Amino acid sequence: MKVSTQETVRTVGIGAGAKELATEDMTLNIGPQHPSTHGVLRLRLTLDGERISRAEPIVGYMHRGAEKLFEVRDYRQLIVLANRHDWLSAFANELGVVLAVERMLGMEVPERAVWLRTLLAELNRVLNHLMFLGSYPLEVGAMTPIFYSFQEREQLQRVMEEISGGRIHYMFNRVGGLKEEPPAGWTDRARRAVGEVRGRMGRISDLIMGNEIFRARTRGVGVLSPEQIRQYGVSGPIARASGVDFDLRRDEPYLAYSELDVRVVTRTEGDCLARFECLLDQVHASLDLADACLDRLAELPPGPINQRLPKVLKVPEGHTYAWTENPLGINGYYLVSRGEKTPWRMKLRSASYNNVQVLTELLPGNLVADMIAILGSMFFVVGDIDK
Amino acid sequence: MSVPLAAPDPTLQSFGQDPWWLIGGKVLAIFVFLVLTVLLSMWVERRIIGRMQLRVGPNRAGPFGLLQGLADGVKLALKEDIVPRQVDKVVFVLAPVVSAVPAFVSFIIIPFGPTVSIFGHQTPLQGTDLPVAVLLVLAMASMGAYGIVLAGWSSMSPYSLLGGLRSAAQIISYEIAMGLSFVAVFLFAGTMSTTGIVNAQADRWFAVMLLPSFLVYVVTMMGESNRIPFDLPEGEGELVGGFHTEYSSLKFAMFFLAEYINLATLSALATTLFLGGWRAPAPISTVWEGANSGWWPVLWFLAKLWLFIFFFVWLRGSLPRVRYDQLMKLGWKILMPFSLGWILLVATIRGLRNEGHDMTQVAIWAAVVIGAVLLLSIAWDLVGRGRGDGGEIVPDLDGGAAPEAAGGFPVPPLDAPHYHGVAREGADVTAHKEVASGSH
Repeated sequence: MKVSTQETVRTVGIGAGAKELATEDMTLNIGPQHPSTHGVLRLRLTLDGERISRAEPIVGYMHRGAEKLFEVRDYRQLIVLANRHDWLSAFANELGVVLAVERMLGMEVPERAVWLRTLLAELNRVLNHLMFLGSYPLEVGAMTPIFYSFQEREQLQRVMEEISGGRIHYMFNRVGGLKEEPPAGWTDRARRAVGEVRGRMGRISDLIMGNEIFRARTRGVGVLSPEQIRQYGVSGPIARASGVDFDLRRDEPYLAYSELDVRVVTRTEGDCLARFECLLDQVHASLDLADACLDRLAELPPGPINQRLPKVLKVPEGHTYAWTENPLGINGYYLVSRGEKTPWRMKLRSASYNNVQVLTELLPGNLVADMIAILGSMFFVVGDIDK
Repeated sequence: MSVPLAAPDPTLQSFGQDPWWLIGGKVLAIFVFLVLTVLLSMWVERRIIGRMQLRVGPNRAGPFGLLQGLADGVKLALKEDIVPRQVDKVVFVLAPVVSAVPAFVSFIIIPFGPTVSIFGHQTPLQGTDLPVAVLLVLAMASMGAYGIVLAGWSSMSPYSLLGGLRSAAQIISYEIAMGLSFVAVFLFAGTMSTTGIVNAQADRWFAVMLLPSFLVYVVTMMGESNRIPFDLPEGEGELVGGFHTEYSSLKFAMFFLAEYINLATLSALATTLFLGGWRAPAPISTVWEGANSGWWPVLWFLAKLWLFIFFFVWLRGSLPRVRYDQLMKLGWKILMPFSLGWILLVATIRGLRNEGHDMTQVAIWAAVVIGAVLLLSIAWDLVGRGRGDGGEIVPDLDGGAAPEAAGGFPVPPLDAPHYHGVAREGADVTAHKEVASGSH
């Protein structure tokens, strides 16, 4: 059915909706202001009754020109800007930038900093996943789990706040290491927090995973095939839920992941439930990794946590591409330097941007109510889409 | 069961003999009761859900935050009353009224207690009673649905329209199942008047005798009340606010009021029809002779009512929302056939007992029949599982034309053989269209 973008007057008579009668499809704009879009993603849906016959994600309402702004920031300021697009994984975003810059500089990062970075990246992953573990049930109507997941988030955020001073935008990475030593006794408190969160994760899964209604709404809904995943460049837990077994932490290790036994959580169903399960299971995997990092940190001999940098930090001419396994998927920075104080160009590949593109193909044929379930299970952050 | 000492239990004939001031007083009392119940149930709901969700809930306005409902009401009344430009004004204003008024009306037939003495007049603690009292409740619930449908219709917004339509379909289908769940009660009580039904439960509550009916009622009750897990007409995540998206200020407050009164009405109806109305629960009435006379029954009634309201709140705190088609499937394919079968069974058993057949024989045969039906339905389910639903809309997947030179930038060709993404036709891509103001 062809849909015109021209405004039309809708008249619905008695018996409208029957197949023989000429019916008109309804255009529904989900967003930019809509509770299920976590911000300002806009979906232009064409509805036949309550069934979606066409969907078009319209992005860019929150475009802040991050890539252009990168070009006028020096390499220290870059980090502040780079950790903002995906506000749920600030630490992981910082990592991509500093890894790229360090690689261009040929800089060795102290071992303790590497392990601490790995630890914080995993804690950040747990924080991010907990957010979606709470908000997804909320979108399908269960409003209690989010409070439980936020309790756990609070626990971890306190640890992150103690070490970095920030609760969301940590700004703890520096080129060549981390900002400063962790406070005395921090590792013990971090270990305790990890243990407590792990102990209480069961509550969240008990609240929602066994629920018949939740399963009925998510099982077999919004199935993504591995082929679609590869075509659209979908990554992260969404890709792994469809059986695309790809995780940079294992397949192209950065930081200290090569020395860790990274358990890659995968499912084969590719539906909303599988994506949710992936997220849930990955929290456990990440908490285990965090514990392993803490163990390793305790064994490491004392040493510096960062490198002394020159007053004016210039990166030699050249280009590199650093990619990391962010909580939501692959995050990539293509850094081109002409030997200046600022990058000549820094291209940002963010996970959510690629992940939501697949909605065009995924949504048609589903009900509006399924659209919510699918949209929620795509685990995106609008800032990460619009950059 | 003891025979009340003071006054006989009210019957249909006890009504229509009150003086005018007593009738007026009763109506006023019911009105005040409902408003207070709404205010209180809002507070109770928020506090209980707060406890369930590891937080405190409102505790600022008044002692323990008890006045929170009142404060919210005042706040709502002081808000700007927005009437969007394109709405159908008459219907838009009328809809909340149509929604709220019937909610009040149904409560008139709910019995609060037996006959008491008020200023020397012996009168039943009930607004009034009709030979078809329970049907009045159903009728008023249908009237309330009009309010929601009209609200959705007159708002001229897609969200409201969808919300209103959903609500119409939902209330119609659940009302049928609800009506059917009443039939067994009518068969046993031999009357549709609420006093008669309460009197018929003097020995045993219908919730015990007619458990399947009770369970069906509890499910349909949630469907009728537009609350989680069946709050699709206002499904927040999907339809923003559903039918009341465009409403603000007092008009919105009216919908809010109607929802909570309906909650109370449905709970009160459940109490009356299935939990023995104002009659004291078993251990109390056996131990204490006077439990079912005087003003005490009001206490039992309120206790049962609040138990139901708590149940509603509990569900809201724990369940997600079902999907629209799942809701319809539950209503039409499960609740309704089940109710019909159950009514058939109840009627048969009643008929056989009236003709003097041995009840154990009847019970055994009934169990055999039920078992057979269950087996059949399971078998049907297993056989039917293989068939697909069919009729799905298949997205249009022909490969699209390559975008013309995209401003000279090297972009990968979208029509490459491996690509099977959704085609983007030039005329239909929003990027080419200026985004106008308004919804669409």
